[in-house]
Amino acid sequence: MALRLWTFFAVAVIAAAESASFLTAQADKPLDPKELAAVERIRARIEEHSKKAAAGPPAAYKVTIPNTTVTYAMVPIRGGEFKMGSAGPNAKADEQPEHSVKLDPFWMQAHEVTWDAYLMFMFADQANERANPDAIVDALSRPTAPYVEMSFGRGLKGFPAISMTQHAANKFAEWLSAKTGEYYRLPTEAEWEYSCRAGSPTGIASGSVDDYAWHAKNSAAQFMSATYHNVGTKKPNAWGLYDMLGNVMEWTLDQYAPYPAAAQANPSVKSTTSYPHAVRGGSWNNDPSTVTCTARVPSDASWKRQDPQLPKSVWYMTDAQWLGFRLVRPATLPSAEDMYRAWNNGVALDPY
Amino acid sequence: MNDDKKPEKIERREFLKKTGTVAGVMAAGFPSIISGQSVTNSLKVGLVGCGGRGSGAARQALTANKNNELTAVADVDEAIVQQATDRLKGSQTFGSQVKIDRAYVGLDAYEKVIAASDVVLLATPPGFRPQHLTAAVNANKHVFCEKPCATDSPGVREVIAAQKLAQSKNLSLVAGFCWRYNNMIQEAVRQVHNGAIGRLVSHYSTYYTNPVKPLPPESTRPAGMSDVEWQIRNWYNYTWLCGDSLVEQAVHNADKIMWIMRDQPPLSAVAVGGRAVPANGGNIYDHFEVNYLFPNGYRVFLANRQATGCFNGTLDFVMGTEGTLMLGSGPPRIETPDGKVKWQWQGEEYDMYQKEHDVLFEAIRSGKSKNDDLNLATSTLLAIMGRHAAYSGQQLTWEQALNSQVSLVPKPVDWNAKHEVPGLAIPGRQQPPVF
Repeated sequence: MALRLWTFFAVAVIAAAESASFLTAQADKPLDPKELAAVERIRARIEEHSKKAAAGPPAAYKVTIPNTTVTYAMVPIRGGEFKMGSAGPNAKADEQPEHSVKLDPFWMQAHEVTWDAYLMFMFADQANERANPDAIVDALSRPTAPYVEMSFGRGLKGFPAISMTQHAANKFAEWLSAKTGEYYRLPTEAEWEYSCRAGSPTGIASGSVDDYAWHAKNSAAQFMSATYHNVGTKKPNAWGLYDMLGNVMEWTLDQYAPYPAAAQANPSVKSTTSYPHAVRGGSWNNDPSTVTCTARVPSDASWKRQDPQLPKSVWYMTDAQWLGFRLVRPATLPSAEDMYRAWNNGVALDPY
Repeated sequence: MNDDKKPEKIERREFLKKTGTVAGVMAAGFPSIISGQSVTNSLKVGLVGCGGRGSGAARQALTANKNNELTAVADVDEAIVQQATDRLKGSQTFGSQVKIDRAYVGLDAYEKVIAASDVVLLATPPGFRPQHLTAAVNANKHVFCEKPCATDSPGVREVIAAQKLAQSKNLSLVAGFCWRYNNMIQEAVRQVHNGAIGRLVSHYSTYYTNPVKPLPPESTRPAGMSDVEWQIRNWYNYTWLCGDSLVEQAVHNADKIMWIMRDQPPLSAVAVGGRAVPANGGNIYDHFEVNYLFPNGYRVFLANRQATGCFNGTLDFVMGTEGTLMLGSGPPRIETPDGKVKWQWQGEEYDMYQKEHDVLFEAIRSGKSKNDDLNLATSTLLAIMGRHAAYSGQQLTWEQALNSQVSLVPKPVDWNAKHEVPGLAIPGRQQPPVF
């Protein structure tokens, strides 16, 4: 099914004047000392925060974003091993070869990131910032304010945030980490697929895809033949994760690349170009046949086609109204450099 | 029609070094307006206003035809010119068409760019547009003119005159009312014109968005910076420069309103408006709601707001006796009064921003002219009429709006001048009423 969508993007988002250094692939680039210092300050806050954590096995918990009433739920995902990808005569080329992947434990957000949370990041005046100044948080970069409303009339409260770039999702993760004192980042493709399957081959333990996913054939709403729905309004998968299939596609951390044949441990494909990154899970805009745990979608420059500015915004995908994300929290806090890499893909600017 | 006289001397503020490129082009003697036989010849494109939108327009102009060359650029800020130049030159797809030998800085820079170009892209804040458009047409140049075309009624009248002149000279002039170049909205409007919703009853149109470019605190204003410079650098906060939020942004919906009405004007308008967030020295409203009365009792309600944390949407509900056309929430569609979908857009939408330039350059290169975007002036005036009605608190007619003598733009605009702007308009307390 074609992913191109109509859009109402009159004069478009304000293009962010990002430095030209974004043009260089992250792998070739030295770390920006100023950005790294910011990451180190956040890391110190996270270490401080972790001292308060209760001992014992990881459990599900709920977080309230400080100085707001916005909450989200975290689900523990045990480490383990699984077969990633697909095999057999009908397997799609980019899902092959099926290969073994071993993962360390992490938490995953039970729901896609909602507008309720994302708007707190998009605008600097929504989370009582004035009454509660926070030097670490306030110093972080935020999206330029878009001219238009980025849900494009699909609704905000309880709905998944959409139309953001991978760069924006990464920066949201950094902002949320600073805000809460817990380390968040986008999931790798392997973490995402493992969580989607939740111990079963298809992620659908019983019933049909209709029970778990909003897709093109079951998501009609007022004025719209198909659209996203409030998060968590379908059945969760076996591990308690909602909307892994359908509703909105989800960004992963990884560059879209062919799978290796060999077994992998905690695999992640570093970004070297702006496109493509791997996007997962299918959406309200997809036929149910493509809403699977294994389907991979490569991000594409055409997802910003209606942005009339030069440079195009590094924050908004003007033509991807079916694209959102959720975050993971690794059980072990990585080095500041690894955190920096997860939050700075180094390839935010579009080629032109 | 050729007018590529070189400036007598290198301008004081012309800072990019002149290269051999331009001499070569000029020596070859290509006419500045190209006939159908010479489609491989280069067309010199000049850009006035090098911000994000201007740079985007340059990209689209260069993408429209590989023989289009960007040769001259202008802005009030040297750093912005430099940044735009570097960025455009850095393109892997059209960078080789960027042959900027003339970059000009300052409020008079547009004159130099016009003189040096075959086709001019006008993308500064709209307060300057009438002056720039008139100069371009007087100099026999083809134009891409961003919306809106003016911030006051005298400016609109100037644009109407320039458009007539462009037509008499067979120049091409494409307006940046992008939706008119969008096949999806074209089809939706065609449905209405063909009677799909019956007789028109009313139209509710919203432009509820986030703030565009809020005014920084006065404390950040550099010592010694003049009023005019400060205002131009923060142009979105001043009515004389941006026309107010209704005119600068919601004008896209004003244009859809006029399009549906086949560009026939309303009889009168009444409006409310104001500001919830302090203006900090600026003088634009952050919300309006205008009630236009068209012939046959057709009522149009145009509402806009620029605020964070509020319900947002750029929506149109065009209501007729046999159905409602809905734009802005899912694909355009028409529902009958009992809720059945009568028509829904299906198809591939093309890039309307690119289409504007494809149409412009195709017209120029084929020797035809494209200059019938008269909505450039009338749709802008519809929005200005709403602003007049809100600021004054009065009901006013289309004729009053068209003939208003209220002139907001200082003449001339002096970069170093002191320039106090009127405070936020208080409806009902303007004497004389501000229209």
